[in-house]
Amino acid sequence: MVLQVSLRVVIAEDLYLLRDGLVHLLQAHDFEVVAAVESGPELLRALTGQRPDVAVVDVRLPPTFTDEGLQAALAARKAIPGLPVLVLSQHVEQLYARELLADGSGAIGYLLKDRVFNAEQFVDAVRRVASGGTAMDPEVIAKLLVSTARHEPLAALTPREREVLELMAEGRSNAAISQRLFLSESAVGKHTASIFGKLDLVPSDDDNRRVLAVLTYLNAARG
Amino acid sequence: MDMRKHATAIGRALALGALAGLDVVLVALAAAAVALSFGLGMIFLIPPTTTLIRRRTRLGRRLNGTWLGAGTQAPYLPPPLPTKPQPDGWYRHDRQLYKTPRWPDWNKRWLWMISDPATWRDLLWLFLNPVIAGTLLLLPFFVIGYCLVTPWYPNPVAMSLGLGAAIAAVAAMPWLLRGYGWWNHLLLSPTAKSVLAGRVQRLDQVRLDAVDSQASELRRIERDLHDGAQARLVAMGMTLGAVEELMDKDPVAAKALLGKVREASSTALTELRGLVRGIHPPVLAERGLGDAVRALALDSPLKVTVTVDLKTRPESPVESAAYFSISELLTNAARHGGADRVWIDISAQDRALRVTVTDDGSGGADPSLGSGLRGIERRLAAFDGVLAVSSPPGGPTTATFDLPTALLTGGCGEKKPRLPLWKVTVIGICWGLGWLPLFPQGVAALVLKLTGQSELSWFYALYLPEPWQWPAIIFNIALGVSMYATAMLLPIRHSRRRWMAEATPSRLWFCR
Repeated sequence: MVLQVSLRVVIAEDLYLLRDGLVHLLQAHDFEVVAAVESGPELLRALTGQRPDVAVVDVRLPPTFTDEGLQAALAARKAIPGLPVLVLSQHVEQLYARELLADGSGAIGYLLKDRVFNAEQFVDAVRRVASGGTAMDPEVIAKLLVSTARHEPLAALTPREREVLELMAEGRSNAAISQRLFLSESAVGKHTASIFGKLDLVPSDDDNRRVLAVLTYLNAARG
Repeated sequence: MDMRKHATAIGRALALGALAGLDVVLVALAAAAVALSFGLGMIFLIPPTTTLIRRRTRLGRRLNGTWLGAGTQAPYLPPPLPTKPQPDGWYRHDRQLYKTPRWPDWNKRWLWMISDPATWRDLLWLFLNPVIAGTLLLLPFFVIGYCLVTPWYPNPVAMSLGLGAAIAAVAAMPWLLRGYGWWNHLLLSPTAKSVLAGRVQRLDQVRLDAVDSQASELRRIERDLHDGAQARLVAMGMTLGAVEELMDKDPVAAKALLGKVREASSTALTELRGLVRGIHPPVLAERGLGDAVRALALDSPLKVTVTVDLKTRPESPVESAAYFSISELLTNAARHGGADRVWIDISAQDRALRVTVTDDGSGGADPSLGSGLRGIERRLAAFDGVLAVSSPPGGPTTATFDLPTALLTGGCGEKKPRLPLWKVTVIGICWGLGWLPLFPQGVAALVLKLTGQSELSWFYALYLPEPWQWPAIIFNIALGVSMYATAMLLPIRHSRRRWMAEATPSRLWFCR
């Protein structure tokens, strides 16, 4: 990328230290923080009012300290379809991942708060979400795969193909996967094609659509 | 007339009558024992006699349930707990000290027996049973016998009368049996006091269990924190100290150490997450029971179908107990049952929360063996919950538990079903017209009658012929009183259940 336009971001987090940390972290990586809020209603106002390029949202927010943040994010995405949201949480649940992915419009991230420790990866994930991709926490993916492992189509995958599928589901590109697994990019391409074949998915050009297709498939497998 | 029914009734009446005949022996024994133990102080006769009588009444109760359809619970106070030694090794009863628990236990036992009202009710039942059984059960046989043996035949009217009496005696048999069952129930069933005493003892046990499991849970959490997150934080602090020292001398090594610190913090967080999940799962706090169980189902390796039908959220502790019980049942299904599919159904039954977990595994689960199921029972017992497991060998296994007052929302939420129109009409008439028979036609006429005034006015009772005047006045007063009583009792009976549930010592009426 030659010219990087600074992305406008809304942050919702109730703990001051963490909110402040996120603001500094994202500002340091050329994001423009348009709002840093601490409660659900404020977040919804900021999301619909500011229409940021991406939002980083904590699940548990005041006033109820339940899943206020998640609900606000879902509501905002209903009003503005495809609004990129990266949800952070102390714990990850397949249930929430499914709800976030349910509308199928992508631009969704769902990560453990620990992932903020690795600034580079975290910022990378925010950027990916902002550009319409997905960033799923490896823990969610692992849970998805464990619970779907017994279902027929997935059982047909080779161990290598499963590894590729896991990384793909996290939202990584073929290039990133090849780096991770020390494979050539063409080998990864072959693996993905084989996975799509085994899972009866029609391949398309769009990388993110493929990831979404995989996740939607995993969702559907459980009924 | 159902012949079989009457034949069975006759057979049972005969058997019960014979049993009551044998009771005469027991009565003699019991009377002797009472006289000897209270007259001559031979208290060692009390426990064996009481045990004997209790065996007899146990049989009576059982027959009452199987033959007479009036199942009766045993009414006895819970037996005394065995004496525990004092710190100095002696066993104490009252103001005496003993070397062995034998005498204190024995003392407690006979005191328990004679201080239990049920013992005396048993005794009363035993003394009266031959008489009552003789009257109710054997009298018809005498009637029948008398009618059949007496030489009626010369007189056709007397003969038909005799035959009619015999048939009536046979026909009355089931009713007589029912009457006998009611008599048994009267003396052999538990009194409110003994029911309460039993309940108090059970609650005591439940409380002990709850406190115990809570304490051990806290100990586990403390241990996990101590060995896990706390230790890791200490290690991180030490490593950071080393980094501080190395920073200038060897930046590369310092950087490597910092990476380790980050890893350690990550692990500590993962451990804390696991711990939190075990204490109170975040989804449960955030979404309630339904979604928490759905999340559980998603994480399970089995194919789990969850149906939830709840309108309100149960209290948080109840939710938590239900959640962990379901979680345990799911684990059991996966680990021991060899199941592939599990169906979880959560629904509200009136105020109870009912959960059913069914799997297609191999069955054979036994609550008395599996400590997991025992744990669930303990967890549920704190909320009066009951676990029922049906698990025939070969499956399927169905575990159901009810938490009876899970959805009690403070009382005022529930709508009262409306009074039917006829009841409203009756209540209206009673309130509106009750005064008429009671006051002028009843009380006023009574006063006139007592004072002997010649004024008749419109008091109809005084126009009646002399012998009917008193009955008419009394009838009027009774009619008026019963009209007011009806007007009050109808709505009370109608909302009795709600009243029982909602009235408190400080608020005697339910909220509108």
